[in-house]
Amino acid sequence: MTTGTDHHLIEIDGLTKAYPGVVANDDVSFRIKPGEVHALLGENGAGKSTLVKMIYGLVKPDSGTMRLNGAPFAPAEPRAARASGVAMVFQHFSLFEALTVAENVALGMEDPPGQRELAHRIREVSETYGLPLDPDRLVGDLSAGERQRVEIIRCLLQDPRLLIMDEPTSVLTPQEVDILFETLRKLSSEGTAILYISHKLEEIRALCDSATILRLGKVVGECTPREVSARDMAEMMVGTTLHVPTREAGKGGEVLLKVSGLSVASTTPFGTTLKNVHFEVRAGEVLGIGGVAGNGQDELLAALSGETLAPPDAVSLRGRPIGQLGPNARRRIGVLAAPEERLGHAAAPDMSLTENALLTGVIREELATGGFVNWPKTRSFAERIIAAFDVRTPGPDNAARALSGGNLQKFVIGREILQKPDVLVVNQPTWGVDASAAAAIRQALLDLAAEGAAIVVISQDLDELMEISDRFAALNEGRLTAPRPAKGLTVDEIGLMMGGAHDMEAAHA
Amino acid sequence: MDLSAINPLVLLASLMVAATPILLAAIGELVVEKAGVLNLGVEGMMITGAICGFAIAVETGSPFLGFICAAIGAALLSLIFAFLTQFLLSNQVATGLALTLFGLGLSSLLGQSYVGIKPPATDKLHLPVLSDLPVLGPVLFSHDLMVYVSLAIVAGVWALLKYTRLGLVLRAVGENHDAAHALGYKVIRIRIAAIAFGGACAGLGGAYLSLVRVPQWTEGMTAGAGWIALAIVVFASWKPWRVLLGAYLFGGVTVLQLNLQAAGMAIPVEYLSMSPYLITILVLVIMSSGKGRAALNAPAALGRVFHASS
Repeated sequence: MTTGTDHHLIEIDGLTKAYPGVVANDDVSFRIKPGEVHALLGENGAGKSTLVKMIYGLVKPDSGTMRLNGAPFAPAEPRAARASGVAMVFQHFSLFEALTVAENVALGMEDPPGQRELAHRIREVSETYGLPLDPDRLVGDLSAGERQRVEIIRCLLQDPRLLIMDEPTSVLTPQEVDILFETLRKLSSEGTAILYISHKLEEIRALCDSATILRLGKVVGECTPREVSARDMAEMMVGTTLHVPTREAGKGGEVLLKVSGLSVASTTPFGTTLKNVHFEVRAGEVLGIGGVAGNGQDELLAALSGETLAPPDAVSLRGRPIGQLGPNARRRIGVLAAPEERLGHAAAPDMSLTENALLTGVIREELATGGFVNWPKTRSFAERIIAAFDVRTPGPDNAARALSGGNLQKFVIGREILQKPDVLVVNQPTWGVDASAAAAIRQALLDLAAEGAAIVVISQDLDELMEISDRFAALNEGRLTAPRPAKGLTVDEIGLMMGGAHDMEAAHA
Repeated sequence: MDLSAINPLVLLASLMVAATPILLAAIGELVVEKAGVLNLGVEGMMITGAICGFAIAVETGSPFLGFICAAIGAALLSLIFAFLTQFLLSNQVATGLALTLFGLGLSSLLGQSYVGIKPPATDKLHLPVLSDLPVLGPVLFSHDLMVYVSLAIVAGVWALLKYTRLGLVLRAVGENHDAAHALGYKVIRIRIAAIAFGGACAGLGGAYLSLVRVPQWTEGMTAGAGWIALAIVVFASWKPWRVLLGAYLFGGVTVLQLNLQAAGMAIPVEYLSMSPYLITILVLVIMSSGKGRAALNAPAALGRVFHASS
């Protein structure tokens, strides 16, 4: 191998890929040296995923060339990319829950050794890189962090020269992120190049040697992350100056929502059971609930929205027990919710925005009389949501499926906020939404709180929670820590709360 | 009622013959469902296999050729299902039901000139030593070749799913087709192969009915055997050896019901005919209430349409 300063592991020149109606990548070029940790930075929809899919052989570029170690590189399929030493850890895990760790690893390898030999090698590699893993366990029983280890070890067993990581930290606790970074630094020191995709700027500043910034499919800048501020990178990414929500510290009025001793068994095989959850939210207050994905967030939202019923006294509104009320009964008294999964849970994908507006708004907005739908009124409700939340769509007759993730998210959050709830519960309100729209959604939530509503924000984005919460609590394996004032919490304290320190529970009456 | 007229050894021997058609169809469907495809057209593929096998055996005088052509005919029919569901992304349940109705109609059309004919006899095997064993010999080792072929297919499918890479990929495709696609496996190709295999097995099962078990051709002669095969796959919670158990259990019920009728049993035999379905419903209820491994064994992508985005 010719190692010189001008030697590059991979050279990407003028890659272009267009889909009907959108150019995902437009003349993208960059280079990575062996052992370099290179960040690919951009908002959702900037074309990061399409770009790495081309490198990994999942998508064929329309034009442009790639060279790997100086030789032309045009993988026809992932198999070919893997054979050339390119490995990828996916954003949404590409794992099989009903198969064991060893079987999952074998599926990602070209020529897996026998089961016993493979199990031995998994143990060996996982010890070397400080990522303990039992090859015989079912993946469905693993935590999100452990699942990511499976993916990483699957890649490492192939001795990759280039490791692509697509938003690897979104499901990890701060402590797990530290472990991951240790592993990546070790790999990089051994000469493996890493292409690291993220929109978390502080992480990139901590880890990466260089960065390429994408906006709307084009390269808009390159920088050395350690030398520029996160804010500068963010502004390059977004293209405008960021608007940060303004927050006046809420004084807190009467207790609106009170949850005491809430225990709900999960309804799905890999779900989490809620165990003795306590908290209360006052009028005008935002309670932020953090935690790694899959620790009971969905179950908590379902218990608060009325999708799963609880003992009457476990959930109460202004002292009135509502645990046995279903979603519509709760909407009637002002308890609204917006779940995480947009398509299929918050919105019916193939129904129009007008129809989707009717689905949750029919009661509070009085969109039906005597069982007959008042379509003009429903349509104008949908139009109000679209106007108030800047939903980019040709009109309310479009199907929910046709909207991009961020726009649909603005619609489903806006639909609940415009109904003027007393209590609003949202899960991942800005997931997959670009930075300026996310800021608008957060501001709308804060405005709602300022008008006297009690708001519960469940999110995996700690920066978001720190920005808008008055108090913060964390879910861990279905248990909720005692809420603490968000102001002054350090990352270490938050990490401990998320990682399962229950010493605060004693302090809770 | 005279239960003493029922000889348990004869019952056991005829049970193996009675169970073979549904065993073949069920083990084929198990492979299809393990790949994540729900093909409800088993009944249609079976009866198409029955008439294809019957017609070829009559025309050529060779039951062996009949079985081969039955497998090919039913596999071709299943490829219609594969084309509709895998390329045109049609709904699997509706397409499968249509396949059953289409197969029933097609087979009566093809079979019009074969009603009332006797097919060439399929030879019973005579294995040296084994067939001469007292008791066991006549019961276990004196059947025709297809009985043993069906057992070999079950063993083969079990070994394939458990020990081979192909089996692992097949299970992976049925578990999470998006992930399998992301890893670079050919989801559609694997599913089409599985569907064709399931069709071929169902065809063999149908031909066994028309060439050995009955043996003659009548319209609609499968009489729900395909549906029992579908039920057995669920009953067996997608495990090959349990498919064998289920098929012999339900095959036994069929034989027992005939014997009980002959013996003048007091309760209506319809109760026995119902029992496979009742047991299947019971298993489904138990499976969906238990959150452990039993529920997990169902392929997670079963019946879901795969469309490769990007």
